[in-house]
Amino acid sequence: MATDHVSVTIEKQGLQSLIDILAKRGYRVVGPTLRDQAIVYDDIARVDELPAGWTDEQDGGTYRLQRRDDGALFGYTVGPHSWKRFLHPPIQQLWKAARSADAATVEATPAEPERFALFGVRACELHAIAIQDKVFLHGPYVDSHYKARRDNAFIVAVNCGKAGGTCFCVSMNTGPRVSNGYDLALTELVEGGKHRFVVEAGSDKGRDVLAGLPKQPASSGDLDAAKKVTEKTAASMGRSMKADDVRELLARNLEHKRWDEVAERCLSCANCTMVCPTCFCVSVEEASDLAGVESSRSRRWDSCFTMDYSYVHGGSVRSTTRARYRQWMTHKLSTWWDQFGTSGCVGCGRCITWCPVGIDITEEVAAIRSSEPQ
Amino acid sequence: MALTAETPRIVADPMVPRVGRIRKRVRELSDVWTLTVEMDEPFAFAPGQFNMLTAFGVGEAAISISGDPARPGEGLIHTIRDVGPVSHALSHLEPGDYIGVRGPYGAGWPVEVAEHCDVVILAGGLGLAPLRPLIYEVLSGRKKYGKVALLFGARTPTDLLFRPELEQWRRRLDVDIHVTVDTSTEDWYGNVGVVTTLVPRAAFDPQHTIAYVCGPEIMMRFGAAALRDKGVPDEAMYLSMERNMKCGIGLCGHCQIGTVFVCRDGPVFRNDKLRPLMSVKEL
Repeated sequence: MATDHVSVTIEKQGLQSLIDILAKRGYRVVGPTLRDQAIVYDDIARVDELPAGWTDEQDGGTYRLQRRDDGALFGYTVGPHSWKRFLHPPIQQLWKAARSADAATVEATPAEPERFALFGVRACELHAIAIQDKVFLHGPYVDSHYKARRDNAFIVAVNCGKAGGTCFCVSMNTGPRVSNGYDLALTELVEGGKHRFVVEAGSDKGRDVLAGLPKQPASSGDLDAAKKVTEKTAASMGRSMKADDVRELLARNLEHKRWDEVAERCLSCANCTMVCPTCFCVSVEEASDLAGVESSRSRRWDSCFTMDYSYVHGGSVRSTTRARYRQWMTHKLSTWWDQFGTSGCVGCGRCITWCPVGIDITEEVAAIRSSEPQ
Repeated sequence: MALTAETPRIVADPMVPRVGRIRKRVRELSDVWTLTVEMDEPFAFAPGQFNMLTAFGVGEAAISISGDPARPGEGLIHTIRDVGPVSHALSHLEPGDYIGVRGPYGAGWPVEVAEHCDVVILAGGLGLAPLRPLIYEVLSGRKKYGKVALLFGARTPTDLLFRPELEQWRRRLDVDIHVTVDTSTEDWYGNVGVVTTLVPRAAFDPQHTIAYVCGPEIMMRFGAAALRDKGVPDEAMYLSMERNMKCGIGLCGHCQIGTVFVCRDGPVFRNDKLRPLMSVKEL
């Protein structure tokens, strides 16, 4: 793929053309935008809806927006949303049923025809999408709703020009530079009063869209500058985790005393699972009319931090916060490998930032590692 | 995508149930019923597999199949204890009522590994229901196995599931059947004690035995220990696990025990794989 990359540069107005072309081709363009003092993913129609001149400061349990003076459009990292809210939405109806005395019908809710253009997908998020692909598309059963949305999606990736305070993609080998899985990839260059984007196509779909954009060929200087952007980002990660042996480390430390310590702090609130771009768990809910004639089933995001999650007749299997936190963290970093042949963590740092008490997965791994019983 | 009882169709979405109709409902115990479901197409399954059953308007639950895999004409049979809202609604469906069926799912009891071996079937309470398809298969191919023992325990004499069938099996001379209750009543002349106490009484060659165990988790743990004490290795024991399930197909996450999904990798596990997982509390 890398050899036949077409690299060009476009101006800020070129980005507007990109949004327009995608919209014209029937895509619903969703990208980063400001709302409630956070950068969230929502519908965008104009470039000036992007959070120009904003950045974020992130730390354990902390997220604050700040102004930056260069007008950069992508000068922040990831916020509370991830793209799973579009590809694997929080609530999805599965089917409707109707009954009468002599007939019963079940009608599958059609897979969503909506075609999303995901605009501004970071490297860690591309990896998160690839991980959800493994869960939903590459097992013995395929999730038809995810498949429809995924097959139809157009992905505009962005190489990160800034590392967040809770980022550790370098440790997880998922960024900050995108490698594959995108249709178009942007690198924002803001220098010497010029504001441009190096654009690379990663698919035929991407090349096709790129052909319609006002552009200039990228010079070797542009490509060098783009490369330096992610090199600088890689060198300034807010967090790090020794990840090469974490699968085995956690597997042999299921009774480590650190689980008791973290359970003292963890509120079991499920925030980490809601913001995590790979967490896929769902529950199902039944709705019925009062007469009991028509009913429907929906699924909604669920979390291993709830008591209901592991409930079987008689009680919950994981009745303690210790067991629930251990389930979540060992699943992300260890048992995910056994189940899906990959890590379940991409180092995006959301679980650290959005934990109300600032529990830090990298710190927990380090603590277990440094006090492993011999 | 419409699917009716009259025009069944294979649906692409595995979360969408097929529609079946209740043919028969039999009360087994005070809170346990067996439902026979009429499906439009033959429903093939392996012993130990389960279905996701929908009571329309109430919800869905994972229920093991308790019928005979060799006699599909009998209908699709499940034995259900009334313990929660969904199992209550399912167990109270009447003949003619509609039911949603997804499945069959999971890895069942491997029967073929027991050929030329002795067979021990250890059941506690409702755990006999998922074992019944296996019992049918072993008994119908009886010559393929060595000694066959069925060890069954229930809380009280009135909790003995499938009692008429137990009597019937007991009349066969080629099956060693032992039954016990935890708590006796005055009309009970049989064994009293937990089901694990039956293990030493059964005649089998521990080195050449395949054991199938199903019941409450605590019973399975002690049952496996009793078999191990007698010399049966973990590699020759199969246990069926129960966990919360919302999908049955490995997509909802609920049934994980460490590295495995019970719905996809189980519910039947060989004990050498299961035992390390079960040795960690609340895994």
